[in-house]
Amino acid sequence: MKEYPASHKKNDLATGFMLKPRLKGEKSKTMFTDIGNLSVFTAQSIRSIFSFPFEGKEFLRQCYVIGNRSFALVAVTGAIMGIVLTIQSRPVLSDFGAESLLPSMVAISLIREIGPVITALICAGKIGSGMGAELGSMKVTEQIDAMEVSASMPMKYLVATRVLAATLMVPLLVVFADTLGLLGSWIGVNIKGQVNIALYFTHAFNSLEFNDLIPALIKSVLFGAIIGIVGCYKGYSAGKGTESVGIAANSAVVLSSFLIILFDLIVVQITDLVI
Amino acid sequence: MSFPSVEINNMDFKSAAAPEKIIQINDLSISFGKQEVLKGITFNLNKGENLVILGKSGSGKSVLVKCITNLLSPDSGSINVLGEEITMLNPRQLSELRKKIGFLFQSGALYDSMTVKDNLEFPLRRVNRGMTKKEVDEKVQEVLENVGLIHAINKMPSDLSGGMRKRVALARTIIVDPLIMLYDEPTTGLDPITSDEISDLINEVKKKYKTSSIIITHDMSCARKVADRIIMLKEGEILVEGILKDIEHRRDEWIQSFFGKT
Repeated sequence: MKEYPASHKKNDLATGFMLKPRLKGEKSKTMFTDIGNLSVFTAQSIRSIFSFPFEGKEFLRQCYVIGNRSFALVAVTGAIMGIVLTIQSRPVLSDFGAESLLPSMVAISLIREIGPVITALICAGKIGSGMGAELGSMKVTEQIDAMEVSASMPMKYLVATRVLAATLMVPLLVVFADTLGLLGSWIGVNIKGQVNIALYFTHAFNSLEFNDLIPALIKSVLFGAIIGIVGCYKGYSAGKGTESVGIAANSAVVLSSFLIILFDLIVVQITDLVI
Repeated sequence: MSFPSVEINNMDFKSAAAPEKIIQINDLSISFGKQEVLKGITFNLNKGENLVILGKSGSGKSVLVKCITNLLSPDSGSINVLGEEITMLNPRQLSELRKKIGFLFQSGALYDSMTVKDNLEFPLRRVNRGMTKKEVDEKVQEVLENVGLIHAINKMPSDLSGGMRKRVALARTIIVDPLIMLYDEPTTGLDPITSDEISDLINEVKKKYKTSSIIITHDMSCARKVADRIIMLKEGEILVEGILKDIEHRRDEWIQSFFGKT
């Protein structure tokens, strides 16, 4: 008779990543177990992205779904961010006689920090919850098990495509939100004055340097990956019953939002030291 | 009351001198927390036979078939499928072995975002990557005709009845020509007529695709129709193993109650 070690025990999906059993009342262990499982899942996701064959059709579909699903919300939020930032900053800059610095200040704030973070948080709510709910529902109805058993590699089809699509689409949405934010800012400036759009954008872009764009781009890519991985992980590790679908969607948003803020801090610190 | 199909099958079973073992399970145990679900299960699946596993809900039947496909890993024991120890395989080897196993889930587990055609194409394109579009289309049509659902080819799973879903799920399972079929409660939630149709399909699949099957059920009419051999599980242990005729006449009260004779 063969005895298998405790670490041999897998979750009921046999998805390639191990889920350590949780024991009631062991909160700290649960948290560390979750971190461990998320790390293993992340490694498996990255490996799936780079392994043959590539699910190109599903990847393009996910790009469309992610981009299309968040497009309108990101557009409206980006424009409002620009308007609000301009209206609130203007009196303070006026007090110091530095109103002419308004386009530069808004551009740097939006592109370096507000644009990536706010867009990522919106996407975490919109895309991350969708992934958590969709995969959670597939888990509950044994669809992921069915893929696994038929050797259809659900990690490649479901996870790799979503993670890669989110990693590519979130930076594009950030660029889009930044552009509309600057447009919103120009509208905000014109509420109490009249500034030519070409002049406004010339001022805004003159203040920007290449070093402002690199951290923002790195952050956007990282945020996209976080949203994709956490959304898929929470859906993939959902429990049984319909309640767990809601829990998976909710926890996907909460965890990815937290990680976005945490990694924002880390990336800012690192880029501040390096660049 | 007679069950001709069972008697014929029983004859087949008796006449097999040394049947080739497709699945060998030895001393299999699995527990969830403190609850022991399977306690030292040992049995074999012979080539070309329909092995029915009977038992009450919660007796560990579904856990057993999930262990056979490595969807669940046992605590101890060995599971040898087609000569390979399934718990010791790496993901690639496991994937290769799974191509030879068909699993019909209790719920059907159809991909609800895909049409019936896409559901069938999905495993086929991934298992046989070299197939042309024409070959895939022909294969899809063939299996759908076999389960009598060619008219539903472009429907979504949500548009199908329970029986139709089961049949599409069966079509999706047999489309990759598996050597082993695992049926997890194939007739649960279906009316008696549809249950009968599914039982007939199980026999047809065995005949046409030459599969060896394990059928998990607590539906006695299904068991009577498809079983070559029966194993009864009680609280995670094998209570009795044999042919239907012998088991049916045992004097054990629990077995008798299962057959509806008390």
